[in-house]
Amino acid sequence: MSAPTPTAPTAKSVAHTVAETYDPHTGRQAGEMPLSPSLQQFADEAERLPTDELILNMGPSHPAMHGTVRVVLRVDGETIKDADVQIGYLHRGFEKESEGATYTQIFPYVDRLNYVSPMLNNVGFAMAVEKLLGITAQIPERAEYIRVIVGEISRVCDHLTCITASLAELGGLTAFFWGNRAREHLWELLEDVSGARMTHSYCRIGGVAWDLTRDFDEKVRGKFVKVRGLITDIRKLVERNRIFLDRMQGVGTISADDALSYGFTGPCLRACGVAYDVRKDHPYSVYDHFDFEIPVADAGDNLARYLVRIEEMEQSLRIVEQALVQIPPGAVIVDDPLIALPAKREVYNSIEGMIAHFKHIMDGLRVPPGEAYSFTEGGNGELGFYIVADGSGRPYKNRCRPPCFYITAALRQMILGTNLADVVPIFGSINMIGGECDR
Amino acid sequence: MAQRLLEFLQRERPAALVETGSHVGDEIAVVHREHLVDVLTLLRDHADTKMNMLSDLTVVDYLGQQPRFEVVYQLYSIPHKHRLRIKVRIGDAQDECWVPTATGLWHAANWSEREAWDLYGVRFDGHPDLRRILMYEEFVGHPLRKDYPQNARQPLLRRPDAPATDDQTTRLLPDSHDRRVS
Repeated sequence: MSAPTPTAPTAKSVAHTVAETYDPHTGRQAGEMPLSPSLQQFADEAERLPTDELILNMGPSHPAMHGTVRVVLRVDGETIKDADVQIGYLHRGFEKESEGATYTQIFPYVDRLNYVSPMLNNVGFAMAVEKLLGITAQIPERAEYIRVIVGEISRVCDHLTCITASLAELGGLTAFFWGNRAREHLWELLEDVSGARMTHSYCRIGGVAWDLTRDFDEKVRGKFVKVRGLITDIRKLVERNRIFLDRMQGVGTISADDALSYGFTGPCLRACGVAYDVRKDHPYSVYDHFDFEIPVADAGDNLARYLVRIEEMEQSLRIVEQALVQIPPGAVIVDDPLIALPAKREVYNSIEGMIAHFKHIMDGLRVPPGEAYSFTEGGNGELGFYIVADGSGRPYKNRCRPPCFYITAALRQMILGTNLADVVPIFGSINMIGGECDR
Repeated sequence: MAQRLLEFLQRERPAALVETGSHVGDEIAVVHREHLVDVLTLLRDHADTKMNMLSDLTVVDYLGQQPRFEVVYQLYSIPHKHRLRIKVRIGDAQDECWVPTATGLWHAANWSEREAWDLYGVRFDGHPDLRRILMYEEFVGHPLRKDYPQNARQPLLRRPDAPATDDQTTRLLPDSHDRRVS
């Protein structure tokens, strides 16, 4: 029989002792040294300090807010009592500019909407015009596959940007560098295809600008091994990290009903448990040829959004790999002189080719009068284009439905009642892209 | 499938419809302004339609035609996977250029109606917070109207008759000591 060991003081007993020795009149513990007169005066003044609610400006230029958005907060201590989210700092008049540009000239503008996944915007806009022209069924299959390949690579870039930027804001700078390295690998692929790192302008109405490079297949496989490795490294780095989990789990929660009412789409909606993905629900292009899953989480918080994006990257990589196996040979743009630009060989050697080229550049391709709403799955969700055509070479109206405009509208509700420090991870997890939100 | 929606509307609210039609596979219903909220509520709540998402809201300016503006609602139903476009035609006279708000039906209407007001100058009657969203408070006019020149430049200038952009900070706390002395 061992002697009974003395029990260590528990937290409860300490609290009990502290409460017993507390003197409510002086506000001190018994036995505490009295303050010197000058310090006592300071302490008394601190007691009388007014504790008003405070107006605090976050943004539009703030190191932790990637994107120019201004959040005016009314805070009580650290708690957010009210917020006013103000956007528009990156408004460049996309719609107004579109009305004066030919349909082909709009592609560079579209690139600059969601500038982290420009290929997806390219595809979305091209499909809207093709819907109006009624040539959706005539797009060569190779062009459709190329669009899927570059689009899905873009989607991985988009999710990587969102995840790593918000990790950097939480202090995980290593994850940010690794994520950027992975994104750089993917951008090299897109640069190979389109000639530009970020704003590609690679799609054309009726197909894509030119074919893939000859060794694209091998390059993709090589790069994907590296990208997968880096994504796994990032996951190992953060997913069992206490700080990361504390800041992500249960923070920025939104219910599925609210999310639908706000018009959430994409990863943010799927993180609330609604499995809506345009690629599955309304398969466009050749998305019905692939075997892929739609990841869904049901918590609706930051962590759920992070997990959905991580899983979607893997699914996108799978789609690209399947597409590279299935891709048929053939043309990459419709064979219609009224829609596609003639080949340079034609332009320089035949009068018909030169005139067709001239008409394309000066007047633009003619779209019959009418209106269409076409929607695709962008990096942030449903990317819609509502085009009203009046029969000329320029759109009468070109409205972009920006997915993150509607998600940013819910930011106020998501940050109300949380701590000031939680604004940063919540804002990071909804992936607001200024160019797309403000157009 | 969506054709069924137009038949549904013709059966349930024949008096509300101006016309229906479809173009390149999109179904469109033009409704009277006074029936707009009724039709939207019906489409949102009826078990056969369940349009639980206001996908987009925008305005088209047909300058030179009467009525001049068309307010366009893109509705989508997650459970039924169908889509419908609702339009309202309104004139450009001061007392004509308005539609009732849909903020009571979808949260999404809040910001999209503010954008429509900002860029087209269509008022949304009953909107809780109708102010500019993309342009700044001092901006004169509505830039996406067809009679607003495309190459117009408007530097940000203080105007005594309009609230300043900086005043936005104090919106949340009207009697705050932070308020700028004017």
